[in-house]
Amino acid sequence: MPQIFHHSTNLISRLSIYGAAFVAVLAGYVVYALSGSPYVTDVNEAKDQPVPFSHKHHAGELGIDCRYCHTSVETSPFAGLPPTQTCMTCHSQIWTNAAMLEPVRASYRDDKSISWTRVNALPDFVYFNHSIHVAKGIGCTTCHGPIANMPLTWAANTLQMSWCLGCHREPEKYVRPKEYVFSTTYEAPSNQLELGAKLVKEYKIRSLTDCVTCHR
Amino acid sequence: MSDAFKIFGNRSEGNHDAGAPAANERHHDGDAAVIRSGHYPLDLAAARAALAQGDGKRFWRSLEELAGTPESEAFLHHEFPNDPEKELPRSNGVARRDILKLMAASAALSGLSACTKLPTEKIVPYVRPPEEIIPGKPLFYATSMPSTNGAMGLVVESHMGRPTKIEGNSEHPGSLGSTDIFAQASVLGLYDPDRSQVVVHEGRISDWAAFFTAIANAPADWQTNKGAGLRILTDATTSPTFAAQMKALLAQFPAAKWYAHEPCGPYNAREGARLAFGRYLNSIYRLDQADVIVAIDSDFLCSGSTSVRYARDFANRRRAENPSAEMNRLYVVETTPTNTGAMADHRLALGSAEIGVFARALAAAIGVSGGGSSSAAPAVVPANWIAALARDLQKHRGTSLIIAGEAQPPAVHALAHAMNQALGNAGKTVMYTDPLEVSPETDGLAELIKEMDAGQVNALVILDSNPVYTGPADLDFTSKFLRVGLRIHLGLYSDETAELCHWHVPEAHFLEAWSDARAYDGTVGIVQPLIAPLYDGKSQHEFIAILAGDNGKSGHDIVRNYWNSQRPAKASDKQFEDFWETTLHDGVMAGTAYPVQAAAANLASAGNAPAAAQDSGSGMLSVVFRPDPTIGDGRHANSGWLQELPKPLTKLTWDNAVMLSPATAEALGVTNGDMVKLSLGGRGVSGPVWIMPGHANSTATLHLGYGRRRSGHVGTGIGFNAYLLRTSGAGWIAGGLKIEKTGDRYLLATTQQHHQIEQNGKKVEEESVNAFERDVLRIGTLEEFRKNPNFASDPQEITTKRTSLYTDYKYEGYAWGMAVDLNSCTGCGACVLACQAENNIAVVGKEEVIAGRDMQWIRVDNYFRGDLDNPESYYQPVMCQQCENAPCEVVCPVGATVHSDEGLNEMIYNRCVGTRYCSNNCPYKVRRFNFKLFSDWTTPSLFGLRNPNVTVRSRGVMEKCTYCVQRINAAKIESEKEDRSVRDGEIVTACEAVCPSRAIIFGNINDKESRVSKLRTQSRNYDLLGELNTRPRTTYLAKLRNPNPEISEA
Repeated sequence: MPQIFHHSTNLISRLSIYGAAFVAVLAGYVVYALSGSPYVTDVNEAKDQPVPFSHKHHAGELGIDCRYCHTSVETSPFAGLPPTQTCMTCHSQIWTNAAMLEPVRASYRDDKSISWTRVNALPDFVYFNHSIHVAKGIGCTTCHGPIANMPLTWAANTLQMSWCLGCHREPEKYVRPKEYVFSTTYEAPSNQLELGAKLVKEYKIRSLTDCVTCHR
Repeated sequence: MSDAFKIFGNRSEGNHDAGAPAANERHHDGDAAVIRSGHYPLDLAAARAALAQGDGKRFWRSLEELAGTPESEAFLHHEFPNDPEKELPRSNGVARRDILKLMAASAALSGLSACTKLPTEKIVPYVRPPEEIIPGKPLFYATSMPSTNGAMGLVVESHMGRPTKIEGNSEHPGSLGSTDIFAQASVLGLYDPDRSQVVVHEGRISDWAAFFTAIANAPADWQTNKGAGLRILTDATTSPTFAAQMKALLAQFPAAKWYAHEPCGPYNAREGARLAFGRYLNSIYRLDQADVIVAIDSDFLCSGSTSVRYARDFANRRRAENPSAEMNRLYVVETTPTNTGAMADHRLALGSAEIGVFARALAAAIGVSGGGSSSAAPAVVPANWIAALARDLQKHRGTSLIIAGEAQPPAVHALAHAMNQALGNAGKTVMYTDPLEVSPETDGLAELIKEMDAGQVNALVILDSNPVYTGPADLDFTSKFLRVGLRIHLGLYSDETAELCHWHVPEAHFLEAWSDARAYDGTVGIVQPLIAPLYDGKSQHEFIAILAGDNGKSGHDIVRNYWNSQRPAKASDKQFEDFWETTLHDGVMAGTAYPVQAAAANLASAGNAPAAAQDSGSGMLSVVFRPDPTIGDGRHANSGWLQELPKPLTKLTWDNAVMLSPATAEALGVTNGDMVKLSLGGRGVSGPVWIMPGHANSTATLHLGYGRRRSGHVGTGIGFNAYLLRTSGAGWIAGGLKIEKTGDRYLLATTQQHHQIEQNGKKVEEESVNAFERDVLRIGTLEEFRKNPNFASDPQEITTKRTSLYTDYKYEGYAWGMAVDLNSCTGCGACVLACQAENNIAVVGKEEVIAGRDMQWIRVDNYFRGDLDNPESYYQPVMCQQCENAPCEVVCPVGATVHSDEGLNEMIYNRCVGTRYCSNNCPYKVRRFNFKLFSDWTTPSLFGLRNPNVTVRSRGVMEKCTYCVQRINAAKIESEKEDRSVRDGEIVTACEAVCPSRAIIFGNINDKESRVSKLRTQSRNYDLLGELNTRPRTTYLAKLRNPNPEISEA
């Protein structure tokens, strides 16, 4: 009986076995890399807004406190987006004719809300609470990044679960003194771990990694 | 089989299971048959035989369990006995490949799902923010839910302007912080997509402008003839503002008339008061003062809005904290088993006519004169019962109480008043006040029909009443109604009456409207809207203003102006403003409770009152009508929550049934699910039989409220309409009922057999546990408790062997726990609904309930003990026990159910892949699985209803109680912000908050001073299935009874 398979088949079979394993691993890596990539998470991608609002100008250059607009950040799960009225406290006085601000004036005039595009989004099954983070010494920029340098706002972090857990497992790496929570220029000191450990004790921060902390 | 089965059971298809297997055929795993309740005809003789074998101490859940039907076995051994795959026809030999395909596909999909981008969302802030609203934080407003028996004070949770959850108002005398099931379900009623949304004129969509024009033209006619021919029909109302408006309207149109019609209104009680006192008086019971209570056919613990307050006062006298504590004693005689009967220390099942005789005999025994012709007790009453009861009452003069139920004729009410007076209770345990209702005192429907028949009515305005459906069968409301020239209907739904009206206009729900309402003691509460009318509806006040020619008047102005006009002359505007703000804030108007009236019962007239209707002839049965326990007189028929709430004792859902006693059913040769034809006075209706242990013999109970022809998608066409047999002469009780078996069978959806726990297991000799008896329910008498305070504790051989392979958790901070006092629980089911509202629990429909897939996280298990004819009944609410050694946690392959460091069994929906291993391993059977997409993801109005802090679960996800973890988290966050610990009582779970009798207490068991810790240290405390070493965090306090030794010995 003649040989059915040529000798080269051995190579092909070896290649296909190792190749299949390689492809499987590669596919896994692609999925992993993709899920954390800006393509999926929109990290560092500025979003178009009805009004090109600049945090760089307002928070950075003018130094307006975060809480002037995000009023409920200390009391509520939701930090709050400013109502048109808040914009108009200043813009009824300055830049009253700027074309860029027409949607704001129109909103105020017609009593119709401005529809902003959400930049930092969590899935609906995640229950995040701003007020407790702020109360425990987690600064705005820890999650929202260099907001004072953003002409248009982008998400600075993936907000994925592994990222959240990074801090929930080791809060001492990120916690800052409460007086700097709303500072947009705060930089972690070189002795962060030492300071962090002290603050964790002082603020009674517990490493909360129970699922129901965020999911329910 | 499933083809012939309709979710909303259609009568004509009653014979769908003609091919059902015989009762003794057992099905094993792999058998293709689907096991469902009602498929196997029940064999009552087998049930009796099973009971006769035991020592009478056995607890049983259902007759089917006693008879050992295959479906009962299936429910015992499987949590979900109906494998979804078995419902589908499938060819042999493909299952394995199907599984492989599905595995491959789901592996691929689960990988891909991680790559999905979150959808782009919009944030839409206010233009000008309203004061007080903080996005993300709920607000709470006080309001009142109007009801005939007295309003219930509520505090309603509102998220961004959406009312989502009803709580009781702790400052309101009718609520004390709790509510009944109807208040809980009212928020679903608000968002009901079937609500009437537009003005309808002669069947076509119209608008308010056209209606205003029509009314503006009609009163021109009324003005000239002073409103002659104008009749207004309302339901009973307690609103002072409405009374003032009607008074003004009737002054404007002096020839017009106002009638009230309430199909289940307290007309007998009122007439009874008139017999006894010569005037209409309202009775208020002081159960907190009563040591001995006799309920004569009265379900005062669970029926009507007053039951919330009464249950609290009653339960407070049964706490039994220690063996020296005293307990009250409750005697109940009743026809239809009720929750109150189940709570009784002594209960007698008497036919409706016999109850009058019993009342007479009791009156004679305690010395009320004028007992009429005979004072002999009915033959079925045990010999020394009445004498012993009378002695007990005489011993407690001034602290006893006799309560007559609404269904009893006025004569019995009068007798009860006379007895209370003779026992010195008047002014002590029973108070008399002016009637609450401001509408006409008597049911005016009969007179209205007479007028319509005589052609004296040319315009009939109906407010929130549905006489076409609820009117007495003999008066034929409909045909006479159609002769009226102008028919106008204001209502929440386009119902049977609206269909026949020229104009139907949508009414505003009470959560959308301004009004006022009196509580059971007369205290006024303002009904404050939580949301603007969703469908441009008008309140009754606004509607009456329209009739008076004042179209634009807002409900707020009407109510406020009325109370402004009532202020004392010297009160300033500022003072009124303060008063108004305080009243709105508190939900109660201070000092408006009615003063107590001194009233002397005229014993002679009470005693001489006519006797109740007697059975007419042999072979005939009597019939009693009752409002349905969950949908009332029919007005709640379109609430899926209420339809699916298992009715007390029967645990029926989605249907009413002809309730018969076991003996009567045997005599008639019928069993559960047999269709019977009921004939009464030439009228007939068909319905399925339900055998109710403890029901009076020779009597059938029919529940009103079903068989709606126009109710909505939920309530239309389910059950049978008992109003078709109810006549004007005999509102609640009638004799001469004939029952014939039709031969058809009907599937009833009962949860009685669902989630059974195997109990009363035989003593098993094992190495680890050498003896165990699964006393799921632990019962004792007060006497036994005093002799042995630890009667409920597990035997030592169980408690000492509680070791585990797993290392113990350490709970350094909080350790949440719950205690359920079975001695207080009245089985009302309010916890089930409160949980459903708080946790976004889906409604599944009748077919899925039959398949055992009801989703409610709390179930109120109902056990019987003793013989079929008058068993004791017990309740046990069972929710997730939050075990410390939780069997569910160790079997979850994806870590979707894990242990928290505060001792909760977390259930993480977004991780769950639906293996159902956890529920398979749960000995308490408290996990619920979304076999289908049960949550409504499409109806826009229902989105408003959802609690935004709880995930809405999708198909294929397991769910269960987590002690309202969203409330725990919210309270913990608030406390941490204030740098303190959570206070005891700061976290109140939904079930705890709603419980009228305060049977459920939640708290931190690491805090030895917390209420729950104190309950857990009581000697009545025990673990459910403690021998399994699951160490549940929820514990139960054993139930006690307080029987009269004189009767027990007999």
